Formats: sequence, C-alpha cells, structure tokens
Amino acid sequence: MITVYAASSLKDVFTLLGKEFSAAHPGTTVVFSFGSSSTLAQQLTQGAPADVFASASKTTMQTAVTAGSVTTSRVFATNVLEIATPPDDPGHVSALADLARSGVKVAVCQPAVPCGAGAAELFTKAGLSVTSVSQEADVKSVLTKVELGEVDAGVVYVTDVKAAGAKVRGIEIPTASNVSTSYPIGVVTASTEQAAAAEFVAFVLSSAGRQTLAAAGFGGP
Amino acid sequence: MRRGRALPPWSLTVLAALALLFLLLPLLALLLRAPWASLPRLLGEPSVRDALRLSLVTAVIATSVATVVGVPLAWVLARVDFPGRSLARALVTLPLVLPPVVGGVALLLALGRRGVVGGLIYDWTGWSLPFSTAAVVVAETFVAMPFLVITVEGALRGFDQRYEEAGAMLGAGRLTVLRRVTLPMLAPSLAAGVVLCFARALGEFGATITFAGNAPGRTQTMPLAVYLALEDDPQAAIALSLVLLVVSLAVLLLLRDRWLRRDLLT
Repeated sequence: MITVYAASSLKDVFTLLGKEFSAAHPGTTVVFSFGSSSTLAQQLTQGAPADVFASASKTTMQTAVTAGSVTTSRVFATNVLEIATPPDDPGHVSALADLARSGVKVAVCQPAVPCGAGAAELFTKAGLSVTSVSQEADVKSVLTKVELGEVDAGVVYVTDVKAAGAKVRGIEIPTASNVSTSYPIGVVTASTEQAAAAEFVAFVLSSAGRQTLAAAGFGGP
Repeated sequence: MRRGRALPPWSLTVLAALALLFLLLPLLALLLRAPWASLPRLLGEPSVRDALRLSLVTAVIATSVATVVGVPLAWVLARVDFPGRSLARALVTLPLVLPPVVGGVALLLALGRRGVVGGLIYDWTGWSLPFSTAAVVVAETFVAMPFLVITVEGALRGFDQRYEEAGAMLGAGRLTVLRRVTLPMLAPSLAAGVVLCFARALGEFGATITFAGNAPGRTQTMPLAVYLALEDDPQAAIALSLVLLVVSLAVLLLLRDRWLRRDLLT
C-alpha cells in the first residue's frame, strides 16, 4: 500500500489514476490524502507517513525539497485558470473584465495557495482591480460557493470546471492573458515503500497516465 | 478541619493531574515554540488587529443574541411540558455534533441567496446574508448557542422547584417568579453558559469560513487568520494562535472574576 499526498485540484484525476495503477499492479493499493499543496508540504515536514507528493505549484514542491521531504521531482502536468459561474449566470458575467464590475460577487483562493496566487496574477496582467467577497482556503471551496449560487463568479482551474459538469458554467480565459501552473510529483524521501512509490510516479508520467490527465483537462508538462 | 481542605483520594488526584496535563501540554508546546521576537511586529499589523477586533465584536454580539433567545428556550425546555419536548431537546444539541463545516453548508442552504429562507429575502430585497459580518455572527450563534441552552436547561432541571412554587403561592405571576426567583438562583449556571458560549464563538472556524467566507476586515476572524496563515507562514500562525489564546484567557478570567464577585454579594 502506498500513500499519495496530492493537491486538492488533483482529486478527481488522481482517484482515477489510482484505480488504473492498482489494476496494472495487483496487490498494490493506493491511498490518497488531498489538501492544499502548502498544508500537505507542511505535514510532510512534520513526518507525515506519505510515499508520494504531488503539488499544484513548483514553489510548494521547492519548499518540500528544501525541507528534505522530497529528493527530486518532475513536472507531470499543467493547468490554466478559468472563470466559473452558476449555470444561470446571475451576475451576467461573460468575460474576465466583468469580475471587476461593482455588485458582481467574486470568490477566489486566498493568495497563499497556488490558485489564489494565480488569480492575483491574472487580475494584475489584465490591469483589473477585483474586490472578492471571499478568499477561500482552496479551489474546491471556491467551486462549492459557485455551485451553490452564493457568488456570481469564481476563479478556478479549467479542470475544476470540467469536473463540475453541468453544475457550473465555464468562461474560458484567452491564452495570452491566462496564467498557468505546473504540477510536480516526487517520491517522499522518508518513504518505506520506495519501489512502489517510484512505480506510481512513473505511471503518472507514462503515456497512459498522460492520457488520463489530458482527458481530465490537464495540459502536458 | 473543613471538608474542602481534606486530602482527596490519591487515585482521583492522579487522574485529575493526567487530565490537566493532557489539556495543557499542547498549549505549553505553543508557548515554547512561539516566535516571541516577531510577536510585537505581528501585533502591530493592521490585518491582525482587524481580525482580533472582528473576533471580539462578533463573539460578543453572538453571545448576546444567544443569551436573549437561548435562556427562554432553556426555560421552555426545562419547565414547559409539551409534546415532542425530548425531540426538541435532542435537536438543540444537534449543532454540537454536526461538524461546523457542515453547519456552514446548512446555513448556506437555509439563509444563502439561493437558500430556503434566504432565497425569498433575496428575491424581495436583493440583499443576501453570506460574506458579511452579520453572517459571521449568525454562524457563531448557530454553533455556540447550544452550549448556553444545555448548561442553563440542565441547571433549571436540577433546581428544587419548591422555591418557585412558594413564590407563585405568595401571589407572584409566572414572569415575576422567573425574574425574582429563578434567574437569581440561575446566575452561576447562566454565567457558566455565557462563558462557554462566548469561548466557543470566539474560536469558531468551520461554519464561519463556509457561511461567511474569508474577507479580511469583514469576515476574517482570528481563527480564520490562523488557519490561512498556516498555508504560507506557520510561525505567524503560531503567533496569531497565541494572541487569540491570551485574549480568550483574559476575557474568560475577567468574566469569571466579575461573576464570582457577584455571587459572593448575593
């Protein structure tokens, strides 16, 4: 059994990858712990019993490497931001600039987590001043607020909009003004299952793994 | 020798010491690992002062609201015999077992702009509760009020009702009995309930971040600031926890002091 610590934006696709991995490697089960990348990195520093760490940003992975939790890492996927609104679009949002309109309720991630840093960069690049009603702890909380219709728009990842299906409406951000994030993965230095952990990392990086990631909306490394 | 001064059985002393140690050890660790040097700088930061002020203001309002409606609820549950009373009692304790985050979602479903009640208000007025300071108070009241209700109700049920009956026989109306007999007897338990409720409101996190969101200056209370600081600056989070701890302790001691003195007077 191996334990994989992964960013919450990877929840759906890693659950799927875990099943595929177990099917290809009978006898090895994969257990996941999903959370914000920075929280997971900290838990690793505190000696959390994980075998693999997949982060939603290079910065967070670098923190884990510096702390000695992970020895080496490789980028396995990329992701870009997208605007999500409730299906009936109560705030009449059709482009990024609409988020700066007064009266439009916007939720973003808090600046310390990758999706929040990305949203801040997105607004800066577009020269927009957006006052959010809430800076959520992670991207899934932003999505929940959108799904419940309590905000008019949220800044999430492309993959979140895809996974949410009909529950939200996505508004793509033009590539030129969009912000992208990289996902590095690595074996945890203190892991007692080094071989199996390395196999899982290799599986995520393999063409089969990339296909699953692409189907979920992730970009190639 | 007075009974209170007699030595307690050693087995009880050992267990009590264990319990105290268990409760204090994590707090002690917090003190030992606290970045004392950066504490003054953190305290001077406007965001920290905003969070602290917001925490105190919302916890005080939530406790007041809980007292005004919670004490009558406790009285009804303890003194009025009505069908479904046991069910009502069980329902009152529900927010205690509900994970606070679930409580926050439930509040959104009830009072959000798409909520069962909140939807009607939004359609009429275009106003919605979530993401406002009022939403923080609502979340805190929802989670903290049961502590007050249970404490007060338990005390009321334990009372010797003959005092109230004597008051009534001497011609006092039900409200007069409540005001002149029940409430004074209730004072210590009421104080305990209020303190518990305030402490719970001050530390409230899950329902608040779910229902009121996290907006610095408007809905970001100290527990939220602590949790979010953990993401990028654990040292700051420890320092913030310490501030919250000291303030809670000061407030609780102050309240206790006042009530204890009042108890001595009556």
